Amino acid sequence: MTNAVEISDLHVSISGSHVLQGVSFSVPSGGVTALLGRNGVGKTTTLRAILGLVASSGRIQVLGNEVSGWPTHRIVRLGIGYVPEDRDVFSGLTVEQNLRLAESGSGAQYDEVFSLFPELKTRGRQRAGTLSGGQQQMLSIARALLNHRPLLLIDEPSKGLAPKIVSEFAGVLERAAEHSTVLLVEQNLSVVKRLAQRIVVLDHGEVVHRGEVVDLEDPTLVRQLLGVAGAA
Amino acid sequence: MNIFLVLTFSGVALGAIYFLAASGLSLIYGLMDVLNFAHGLFMTLGAYAGYEIATRLPSSLGAPTLVILAIIGATVVGALAAGVTELILIRPLYGKPISQILITIGLDLAGVGLLMGGFGSTALQIPVPLWLIEPTHIGGLYLPNASFLAIGAGVLVLIGLEMFLALTRYGIIIRAGVENREMVRALGIDVGRAFTLVFVIGGAMAGLAGILYTIVFSGDLVSPNQGDSLLIFAFIVVVIGGLGSIRGSAVAALAVGLLQQYTSFYIGGHSGWAQIGDLSTVLLLAVVLEWRPRGLFGRVA
Amino acid sequence: MRWPSRRAGLLVGAIVLGLFIVLPFIGLHVPWVLPGTLDIVNSTGTLEVLALCFMFAGVAVGYDMMFGYTGLMSLGPVLYFAVGTYVFDIALTHWGWSLFPSLLVTFGVSLVLAVVLGAIALRVHGIAFAMVTLAFAQAFYFLVESNPHNLTGGDTGLSLSYTRMPSFLSGAVSNTRNLYWVALAFLVVAYLIVWLVTESVTGHVFVAIRENELRLDVLGVRPYRFKLVSFVVSSLIATGGGIVYILVIGTAVPSVVASTTVTLSILIMVVLGGAGTRWGAVVGAMVYVYLQQYLDKVGAEPTFTRLPAVLRVPLSEPQFLLGAIFVLFVFFAPGGIAGLVVRRRFRRASAATLLSAFQGLRKGGGG
Ligand SMILES: Nc1ncnc2c1ncn2[C@@H]1O[C@H](COP(=O)(O)OP(=O)(O)O)[C@@H](O)[C@H]1O
Ligand SMILES: [Mg+2]
Repeated sequence: MTNAVEISDLHVSISGSHVLQGVSFSVPSGGVTALLGRNGVGKTTTLRAILGLVASSGRIQVLGNEVSGWPTHRIVRLGIGYVPEDRDVFSGLTVEQNLRLAESGSGAQYDEVFSLFPELKTRGRQRAGTLSGGQQQMLSIARALLNHRPLLLIDEPSKGLAPKIVSEFAGVLERAAEHSTVLLVEQNLSVVKRLAQRIVVLDHGEVVHRGEVVDLEDPTLVRQLLGVAGAA
Repeated sequence: MNIFLVLTFSGVALGAIYFLAASGLSLIYGLMDVLNFAHGLFMTLGAYAGYEIATRLPSSLGAPTLVILAIIGATVVGALAAGVTELILIRPLYGKPISQILITIGLDLAGVGLLMGGFGSTALQIPVPLWLIEPTHIGGLYLPNASFLAIGAGVLVLIGLEMFLALTRYGIIIRAGVENREMVRALGIDVGRAFTLVFVIGGAMAGLAGILYTIVFSGDLVSPNQGDSLLIFAFIVVVIGGLGSIRGSAVAALAVGLLQQYTSFYIGGHSGWAQIGDLSTVLLLAVVLEWRPRGLFGRVA
Repeated sequence: MRWPSRRAGLLVGAIVLGLFIVLPFIGLHVPWVLPGTLDIVNSTGTLEVLALCFMFAGVAVGYDMMFGYTGLMSLGPVLYFAVGTYVFDIALTHWGWSLFPSLLVTFGVSLVLAVVLGAIALRVHGIAFAMVTLAFAQAFYFLVESNPHNLTGGDTGLSLSYTRMPSFLSGAVSNTRNLYWVALAFLVVAYLIVWLVTESVTGHVFVAIRENELRLDVLGVRPYRFKLVSFVVSSLIATGGGIVYILVIGTAVPSVVASTTVTLSILIMVVLGGAGTRWGAVVGAMVYVYLQQYLDKVGAEPTFTRLPAVLRVPLSEPQFLLGAIFVLFVFFAPGGIAGLVVRRRFRRASAATLLSAFQGLRKGGGG
């Protein structure tokens, strides 16, 4: 098995608008693949389709399984850790309870998670809703890393965070990528360049570019594909 | 002053029953977006199950044993009915909340129709031990014993439910699911099992509410439509308390029960306007909605 | 292909309407099918049941505009229905007013109530809206049950005195034929109102609200006022139904005209017929009321009473059968009867509908 994720001709419609219009790409096992594109092109929707959170048509293979039509919890149990775009920690639950929900089986790596984020240990009894944005993101990442899942889907982990925290998270994800395959959605190109080996670019619900991370060194290509200045 | 204390006591008892009727409804709604009309049927079923147990079992068991068995039986029947309903009727319609509501309406109608056919439309009397009818004399007040039963049950269920939700894994799953069902799924958890569980818990409390209402407030009479009339107040409590909040249901149930008792005595008693107590609960609802559209403990959506 | 089917629909509608208009002159004997005690088409019993069918059909099509088109699941239509029955009866019988002032005050009260209560209830959405409308309707039920100033008769209800009525309507029994036509006329008027509204720009906005309320907000249309309009018009139609009810039946008991059962019946009629289709609501109501009366009659047949209890108890209980039929429909035919007849998906608020609605508003200066 060489590809952790294989998507072909994926279509998704959300309340009448055709958000994904035949997306095809694959994520090779090991390393970090970045899914890029302007706001609203369907990156989040792609991740949610992989997880079975939105209805889709087309073929989706996850870790060697054809998962189209599976319920979300079955897909996730194949071995996926998910960090959603808006963190989605359970604000009424404590930090401990949030982590406890993420446990699967007996393999929870609390020591490792607490060594990455010592703050989560000291704030175990605090309600997640009262954490700062950065702390909530820590918790959200910790949930995904707790079980050493072979595949991580991570949606804009740096969104709305201060540069210092961003680089801290980048370090954590770098270490996670040593034993997991990562599909990373990220707008911050310096983070992408630091973590990713391969890139896939979406535009208007279609894949417009597949390539290596070095492609991002080409300013014209970057401007054309992402609509941002290439220098980072 | 004595009258006021007695009214307060029976208001709390009524509130306890409203809490039992409403908290299951509120949890089911919070977790699954299902407005469960069959909850009224579950309450009525509980009451009839209690009736069957209390009248069919040999009276040599003694009235106290019979009434305890009736209460347990009502709870179990409510739980079973709700569990089966979830598995057979609600589960296939996930993602279609309107259809789920309509199904529960149809089920309620059909179920109540069946009870009418089987037991007749006239109310049936449950035999209860004398001590449930007699009052207890405390500090110059005569308080009906049955009300103690309701209050005790309400408090026990509230504590039990809070502990379950705070400490057990399933409790935490349910709370998390009320907040964000999708994310619970995305952690690899089968939310469907939590749905069934919530229905079973809600049904058990509905059955309990049904039999207790019969014993405490309807003169031990059981009739096919009693659950549906109780359901109206449960709805009012749920909206005032905030959909999905157990604590909200508890506070709102208490407020509604007390208000109903006070107004029907102080206003209704003098003017002969008996329904003012019922009416006042709707007024309270309107006021709360104007002031806090999400209810007392409602989440911001 | 839209217009040939629409023309065919109009034709069928016109023929059926024509048949119903002349039906009181037809003295055909049809055994077994009719719910009336005599098996004769224009017997008083049959005409009265049909009048009830028309009345509920009118109310149902009004409810369909609010539920099926606008997506507002109100659980309180019975409030406005009961206002029609009670206020009209009180004005006519208790105060001794004549017909037109009574009608005027009835619709006036209904209008004020619908605007005020609708404005409050629409502050919340979805399920909470359903529960709040339910609670308001229940408050009215408590009110009429409590018999304030001996106006409503409490549990025993009211009966209509026909003395102040024009002669062609007086006497529920002697003038069944005329009352039948009144009920039919009510249905036609209700249907026309709903047709005009739902085919107008306002109606397109209703559908847009049902499909995606947030998107309308983005377009700068305030859904609140449109929802209120839908609510109020639907409520006024229900009031008309309440008036027709008391004219036809002559008596009103709270458990029959003011309880939540009526609301649920209306909801079931609309879903059974097919929500959001207008004619589906009419068919659903006719089928529902007919079945209710018919099953009642059949349940009392001697053949039935000889059945073993396991079969007899459920089969002789119309409420059980209707509930079960409804459950089956929701499961296997969620589009209702209309969905079975016309295999057409629910109209979606396509971008085009939305845009045309929006442009229409701009032109009309509303919004
Ligand atoms: N729940 C929703 N309702 C309506 N439109 C949505 C919804 N979710 C996403 N969309 C639309 O789908 C498109 C893709 O969204 P998304 O996948 O979140 O983009 P990205 O993550 O690339 O910014 C956007 O145009 C957005 O407006
Ligand atoms: Mg996104």
